[in-house]
Order: sequence, then structure tokens, then C-alpha cells
Amino acid sequence: MKKRTKETTLRTQNALTGLAFLTPWIIGLAVFTLYPIGYSMMMSVSNLEFKISGGIQATFAGMDMYRKIFTEDANFIPALLNTLKFIAFSTPMILVSSVILAMLLNKVPKGRGFFRALFFFPVVVISGPVMSKLIGNDATMLIQAGDYGVYQVIKSLPEIISTPLLYVFDNVVLILWYSGVQILIILAGLQKINKPIYEAASIDGASGWQIFWKITFPHLRPMILLCGIYTVVDLAAMPSTALAKLVSDNVERTDMMYSYSAALSWLYTLVVLIMLGVVFLLLKERKEKQDD
Amino acid sequence: MTKKAKFGKRLLQKDGKWGQRLTRLAIYLLLLDFGFVYIYPVLYMVLVSLMPTSDLINPTIQWIPTYLDFENFKQVYTALEYGPTFTNTVIIAGTASLLQTLSCALAGYGLAKFRVPLKKLWVGMLILVFVVPTSLTLVPQYVLFNDYKLLGSPLSIWLPAAFGQGVKSSLFVLIFMQGFSYPKAYDEAAQIDGAGSIRRFFQIALPMVVPTIILSLLLSFVWYWNETARASMYLDGQIMTLPLQLDKFNSLFGNAYPASAGSSLNRLNERIQMAATLLTVGPLMVLYLIMQKKFVEGVEASGITGE
Repeated sequence: MKKRTKETTLRTQNALTGLAFLTPWIIGLAVFTLYPIGYSMMMSVSNLEFKISGGIQATFAGMDMYRKIFTEDANFIPALLNTLKFIAFSTPMILVSSVILAMLLNKVPKGRGFFRALFFFPVVVISGPVMSKLIGNDATMLIQAGDYGVYQVIKSLPEIISTPLLYVFDNVVLILWYSGVQILIILAGLQKINKPIYEAASIDGASGWQIFWKITFPHLRPMILLCGIYTVVDLAAMPSTALAKLVSDNVERTDMMYSYSAALSWLYTLVVLIMLGVVFLLLKERKEKQDD
Repeated sequence: MTKKAKFGKRLLQKDGKWGQRLTRLAIYLLLLDFGFVYIYPVLYMVLVSLMPTSDLINPTIQWIPTYLDFENFKQVYTALEYGPTFTNTVIIAGTASLLQTLSCALAGYGLAKFRVPLKKLWVGMLILVFVVPTSLTLVPQYVLFNDYKLLGSPLSIWLPAAFGQGVKSSLFVLIFMQGFSYPKAYDEAAQIDGAGSIRRFFQIALPMVVPTIILSLLLSFVWYWNETARASMYLDGQIMTLPLQLDKFNSLFGNAYPASAGSSLNRLNERIQMAATLLTVGPLMVLYLIMQKKFVEGVEASGITGE
């Protein structure tokens, strides 16, 4: 009996010490994240009035702001589509190029360190203003549109095929520059796959293509999922996406101060969460298939 | 028999040294191609920024400047108010990086080493904080800092970092959690020797995750250096960092060197823009050149690559 109480006190003590270490973070979570999230929810359904005394008077406005965004704002739908297109095109391209580059790196015996360092380099220098200066001054235009016959050929293809291909042509630097972290994650994943599995497969006569889809890809799936989530979050955090710009342009609107941009940012959050949901559904592990 | 023949052929192919060498050569060539795409914007930036204006309009000159012209760097240095801006940026990013690393290490230690109640909830919250776009919390935080008269003060950047809610903080908490998952025996031994939890944190836990600490310090530093969404709102124009100055460089340059003053040197062109960009990312490039191994090894050792 006595022993048990001692055990429980030890356990409580353990829990309390752990909580003590976590406390700064929990305070931060409440003050700098949860409270602001709640506040922005409140703002998005209110009309805010600024009193001369300095306070803010909020009156409930229901879904007014959201209705205005969808019905009256001519900029919203284009910005939404633009951002959706940007993330929906870039994410798969970034994932595919990360896998390709990681597999190439995994094959070379020497110089891996050099290329890894090179591929990670953009992570260190990317920022909104730097990217916009580089793009604005043609530093990322590696391929001058129209210089190559290929470009014209692609352009003449049906739109469904040509749009993504042209996107790759136009954004090749951007795609690669946003793959730095992902390449390292996938490379580490590749190095964990046992060599004997590959040897067994190739003795059984599996082609490289089959080996990739039956062995490499299933092994990499969790890493690719992680990279997919990281990529969507990373791209959505760019202050230069059309929706993020719309949010910040509307912050200081005198007629609907804060409320309008708060509603916009909630819609943006929704878009990001939906995108993450899609990534998750597409890349999560498929248990039934593994049993085969 | 056919299977055996195939097998034999495959073995031969594998041992065919020339075939293997050719594949390897092809892979290296591909990697070099990709590497070139990676480095192209930087090469472009450096070379164009060093070109004299006459080279820019000369169609025969694509890459190599006829002579190196450093004049524009002087102009950019003045326009960006480089000295004080650089110092500001280092202080803001450096302090934020220290605070963020400490707060994330504490939280990571708490989650990894103790039976904290509601652990699943906290980990879920970490992920929530990570995926919520900055735009959602930007304005409410702005109002909050406004209420406490913190706008324009570096504290508006440092406080969230100190409480684990800074730039990509969640990522660092998760990395530290991973790093601190070494065997319990170490802690138990120290506990028997009478070391309290704080002493165990500093004397046992932290020394075990030095690569993670370095990674967290370095990545936090460069991400805070490059951060503009929060800095532009919270610092309220009273403290300028290099990327913020770069963002409004065109008008800064116009003020410092009015075009009406006549000299063609004062015209804002690509080489001046590229020089300004180079001066903004230059310190990070130098840092990366020196610490490159720590970055890459840190990412691998951190266990982001693990589970």
C-alpha cells in the first residue's frame, strides 16, 4: 500500500517536471497562437469600430465578410485560383524532382557531399524580397522562352499536357530551389533500404522500373508524405502568393478594418488545410495493399 | 534454362566495368546539369552585379564582364544604409535564434523524457501551429503587440521565439524530441547520483544533441534573417533588416541617388539591383560556405529524416 502511494507520487512528480519543461511553450501556444486564432475568428465575423479612447468596439456581423469576399471582391477568385494552381502544380513537381535527385545522389560513390551541399544551399538564402529581385531581374530565367524549338512544340500540344510542362520550363529554378530539405529527407530514406532486397529483386529479373514501384516507392512513401506536407506549408508561407498578398493588402482597409483580411486569412487557412488533406490522402500508407 | 541464361547475362552486365562507368558518368553529368540550374541565379547575380553598365547593353557580352566594376556596390552600400542595417539584422536574427533554440529544446525535452499528461494533444498542437499559415495570426498578434506597446520593438520578434512560437518553431521542437529519445538509463543513473532535472537537462541531455543544437541555431538564424512578413508588420519600419530594405530598395535608391541629378550612374538598373541582392544574401552565403557541413549533417542527424 505504502509502495503504491510512493509510486504514484513519483509518477506525479515526473509528470509535473515534464509539464514544467513544457510550460514556456504552452504559455506561448496560448498567447501567440491560440488566442490570435480565436481573435481572428472573432474579427472575421464582426464589424470593428475604433473608439477615440483607444478601445475596439465589435458588433456581430455574421458571415457578412465572407459573403462580401465571394460576391463583391473581384480580386478574390483570381487570387484563389492562382494560389491553388501554384501550390497544386509546384508540390508534385518538387516531390518528383526531389525523388529523382535523391536517387541520382544515392547512386554516386564520390562527390555526394558536394552535391548535397549545393542542393541544400537555396534553403539558406530564400526570402520573399530576394526571390522577387532574382525573378524580376531575369536571374531565374534559365531558359529563355521561345529560344528552343522544344518550347514551341510543347506549346502546340493540347492544354492538359502543355500547361504542366510549360510550368516546369518557366519555373525550373523555383521548383529546384524549394527542394533542398526534401532531397535530404528522401536521400536518408533511400539509404535505409536494405541492399539485399534490391539484389534479390534483380536476380528475380525485375526491371528498374518495377524495382522502383515495388520496392523503392513503398519504402519512401512515409518520407514523401512528410515532404509533401512540408512543401505545401513552405509554399503557403510565401508572402508572395496571390492570396497572402490579398490578405496583407486588405489589413488597413478603412471601411472594414482587420475584419475583412481576417476573413480572407481564414479562407486561406481552409485552402491550405484542404491541400494538406489531399496530400495526406494521396500519400498515406495503404495498408491493404501491403498485405499482398 | 532461360532464367539461368538471363541471370548469367545480368551478372556479366554488372561486371562489365565499362557499362558501369558509363552509367556513372551519365549520372554525374545529370547531377552537374541540375547543379548548374541550382547555381545559375547566383552566378547571374554575382556576374551581373560586377558588370559595368556598358556591358549590360552590349549584346555580345553574356557572362564575362569586360572589367570588374565595384562602383555600384558603393552606391548600394549607401542606399541600403548597410552598416547599421547589417548590425540590426544580425542582432534580431541572432537573439531570436538563441531564444528559439532554447525554448524548443526545453519543450522537446519535456515531451521526450517525461510522462507529460495530454501528450498527444500537445504533439497535435505542434503540428497545428506548423501548418497554420502565418497570415492567420499576423494581424491579431499585431493588435496584441500594439496593446502592449511592443510595436517597433525587437521584443515583438523575440517574445514568440522565446515561447516556442517563432519561425517554424514546431519543426525544432519535433527535432529536439527526436534527439532526446536516447536510452533512459543515462537519466536514471544521473538521478541516482542526485542530479535534479534541470542539471540533467544541461549536463546530460544537451551535450547529447550538439549537432541538433547547432542545426537549430543555424537554421533559426537564417530563417529569421530572411523573414519579412512578421518583421515588416511588427517592427513597424522603426528597425530595418536587410531583406526589408531590399524590399523597398527601388525607392531607397531613388532617394539616395535621384535620377534628376543627371549622372547616368544614378540610373537604377539590373546590376544595381543584383548588387543589392548580393549584399543582402552575401553574409548568409559566407556563413553557409563555412558551416555547410554542420547544416547538412545536422539535418541528417536530426531525425526529421527518421520517423
